[in-house]
Amino acid sequence: MKSYDIVIVGGGPAGLAAAVSAKESGIDNILILERDKVLGGILNQCIHNGFGLHTFKEELTGPEYAARFMKQVFDLGIPYKLNTMVMDISEDKVVTAMNKEDGLFQIQAKAVILAMGCRERPRGALNIPGYRPAGIYSAGTAQRLINIEECMPGKEVVILGSGDIGLIMARRMTLEGAKVKAVAELMPYSGGLKRNIVQCLDDFDIPLKLSHTVVDIKGDKRVEGITIAEVGPDRKPIPGTEEHIPCDTLLLSVGLIPENELSNKMNVEIERVTNGPAVNESLETNIEGVFACGNVLHVHDLVDYVSEEAKTAGANAAKYVKGERNEGKAGSEIALVPTDGVRYTVPKVIRPECMEDKLTVRFRVGDVYKNSYVSVYFGDERVQHKKKVVIEPGQMEQVVLSKEQLLSNPELKSITVKIEKE
Amino acid sequence: MYDVVIIGAGVTGCAIARELSRYKANICVLEKGDDVCSGTSKANSGVIHSGFDCKPGSLMAKLNVEGNKLMWKWAKDLDFPVKQNGALVVCTHEEDMPNLERLLDQGKKNGVEGVKILSREEVLEREPNLTDKTIAALWAPTGGVICPFKFTIAMAENANVNGTEFKLETEVEKVVKKDGHYLLETNKGPIETKCVINAAGVYADKFHNMVSEKKIHITARKGQYLLLDKELGGLFKASVFPVPGVMGKGVLTAPTIHGNLYVGPSADDVEDKEATYTTQEILSMLVEKAGESHLIKGRLPMNKVITSFSGLRPHEDNKEFIVQEVEDAEHFFDAAGIESPGLTSAPAIGVMMAEMVSEKYHFEKKDDFAETRKGFIEFDALSNEEKAALIKERPEYGSIVCRCEMVTEGQIIDAINRPLGATSMDGIKRRTRAGMGRCQAGFCTPRTMEILARELGKDMEDITKKGTGSNLLVGKPKHI
Repeated sequence: MKSYDIVIVGGGPAGLAAAVSAKESGIDNILILERDKVLGGILNQCIHNGFGLHTFKEELTGPEYAARFMKQVFDLGIPYKLNTMVMDISEDKVVTAMNKEDGLFQIQAKAVILAMGCRERPRGALNIPGYRPAGIYSAGTAQRLINIEECMPGKEVVILGSGDIGLIMARRMTLEGAKVKAVAELMPYSGGLKRNIVQCLDDFDIPLKLSHTVVDIKGDKRVEGITIAEVGPDRKPIPGTEEHIPCDTLLLSVGLIPENELSNKMNVEIERVTNGPAVNESLETNIEGVFACGNVLHVHDLVDYVSEEAKTAGANAAKYVKGERNEGKAGSEIALVPTDGVRYTVPKVIRPECMEDKLTVRFRVGDVYKNSYVSVYFGDERVQHKKKVVIEPGQMEQVVLSKEQLLSNPELKSITVKIEKE
Repeated sequence: MYDVVIIGAGVTGCAIARELSRYKANICVLEKGDDVCSGTSKANSGVIHSGFDCKPGSLMAKLNVEGNKLMWKWAKDLDFPVKQNGALVVCTHEEDMPNLERLLDQGKKNGVEGVKILSREEVLEREPNLTDKTIAALWAPTGGVICPFKFTIAMAENANVNGTEFKLETEVEKVVKKDGHYLLETNKGPIETKCVINAAGVYADKFHNMVSEKKIHITARKGQYLLLDKELGGLFKASVFPVPGVMGKGVLTAPTIHGNLYVGPSADDVEDKEATYTTQEILSMLVEKAGESHLIKGRLPMNKVITSFSGLRPHEDNKEFIVQEVEDAEHFFDAAGIESPGLTSAPAIGVMMAEMVSEKYHFEKKDDFAETRKGFIEFDALSNEEKAALIKERPEYGSIVCRCEMVTEGQIIDAINRPLGATSMDGIKRRTRAGMGRCQAGFCTPRTMEILARELGKDMEDITKKGTGSNLLVGKPKHI
């Protein structure tokens, strides 16, 4: 069986950045396994701009952003296999994969980086009643059809869900000649970035109907219309508020779910809130030498943060392979506790001895908070207190912890991250 | 002029076609959908019933028990997936115990093998995820699960290979009695036949009543379902029923043959026989049923629902199968009122109808009847060695198209190129499961469309979800 130091599952932004970082950390024997016919992942279909402001200090399109990392992978001579599906990873890191040329093959990895990304939540998870005709697409599928396959999935469109892909697709469909009649959002706030609401909806006079959902789909063969209704505080439709909108297409942008089928099969511990692996400060899962980064770990808002996170995973996997990592002191683990509006944190635990000088802890909130504070507590002691004008679920937030500060609190068992009014 | 025309390519029509294709006769099946198995047969529980639920002495009871026995042999001969997981009717209220006893008695009278009542301890040992309220349960070991699509398709393919013609998207509009034969007016023109077999599901009354003064009435009884992620498929081993009520067998919680879990069906009579939509009210009711109030210990995580669907049972007023030549319409045979346990009974209905028809018309048996059929390759079920060997021989099996159900390009190509092959996305889905998984075709739709277009020599814009009028695309960007 062929063996590699690091096998990276997924050649999207996370996999590419992790590979570059691992290589730059001195590991040569790396293999990226990608299921699509090109590297770059979902970025290839994200032809709008707005990528790379943090990483490259300029505005790139998705394919351009991916190309920057692909070039590094090519320049560094990192091997990869395309059209290759990973079928299974065993706990002792035997990776079973297949493609047309090599057939079914197994390789032994010393370390594995999980970078499989995420998938879109389907209609069923929302229990949307009605017929099941042609013309119902998840927003990402429609995006692929238009931007990669050059096909139009519909002419008159209603979009459910105001996550970023839904917003981007409202603009994209409009630019390609379709009429987007409404974007309905179950919550009283949008799940997408503010800039996307302005640039994708407001600029095209597309109505955003907050606190609305789809309550019926008409048309047996092809969508003929959608009925939307207002929802109350319990998120249930309010009778009498129904509005029928004739259209031929319904796009769903109702959430992303990390794709952890492989992780589950290999018994990686999965977090309930993120649907991604539970990781420590090194982005290592409960299985030694198995790391995770990008949208498979938790759904990100900006790809720049994916790259940053993946870099950490790549460097830590390299350290693991080289046997250079600090094992941490037994009992020195510090738990990160999300509370008061903070839904989760990545990582979940910190071993102070193992962290870099600075550690970025990422999280999301469960509601919209205005003029509030992001606070960090060491026990009862508030150590960070940062005012933010708006904190919203669509936006990933972060706090930075310093190694020095943690090491100087040897008795610390848990760190609380919360949102406070004052 | 055909010897026999069968109206409807659902499970009943295809079973009859399969059995009649043993004979030297000119047979045609007419189907209004774009594929076989596109009505009631595609939207049901996929359960092989053992037969304790039917009224003793009824034709339904007889054909259920016979169908159950035949099913296991047919599954081998025609190579479609079945699994004998047994059925449990779980009693949670003391006052329902007499009903459970009645079912046991009925099962014995109907000749159901191995049926018995298990104590609370016995049943909880088998099914630890059952509710704590469990008092006792009826156990029927001959119960099973089946893939209704592959079952129907297997019979259709086998009939087709044995010479039966299938005309799809051909809707019968009128049945006209002629002198000793019938003229069927269809959307594709007139078709003449010596004998008609009416296997038209919810529309069987419509055709029957065109030729007979002795009217029958069939109600579309809607059943809605929630289908949950495979993560939950292991909740129960057996198909778990509540103690039945007047509208049917009640809401089941059961594993499918593919390892998903479903909750359903509801039962509501509807006027519109095309009303295959789901409703807010019923989906919410099913979510509620799936909760603590029902048969499960704890609550089902409803965010694991991947889709919901509904089917229309053809409920005849007397709740009985009608499998006979119509009294006042010679040469016109009904296979009507085939509601649950119709799927299970299909092989027995096929045998019974083929006997009646072949005897009446003195059809001779074929010498070269192909009794067996090789089914679809289930790639995901193969061992690594088998997978590797297959890809070596056919590299298109090395490319995964549907990543949720692990369906390869090879399977999709085969599904298109087999007899009565798939021509639409739903046709691919029912033959291969591509698009049936947890992402519900999000990822594989573009790839599957591409393969369909390539194999059928069509443009992407011509690819449909389920036949004429269900195109997935509306044109090219900027040209719409």
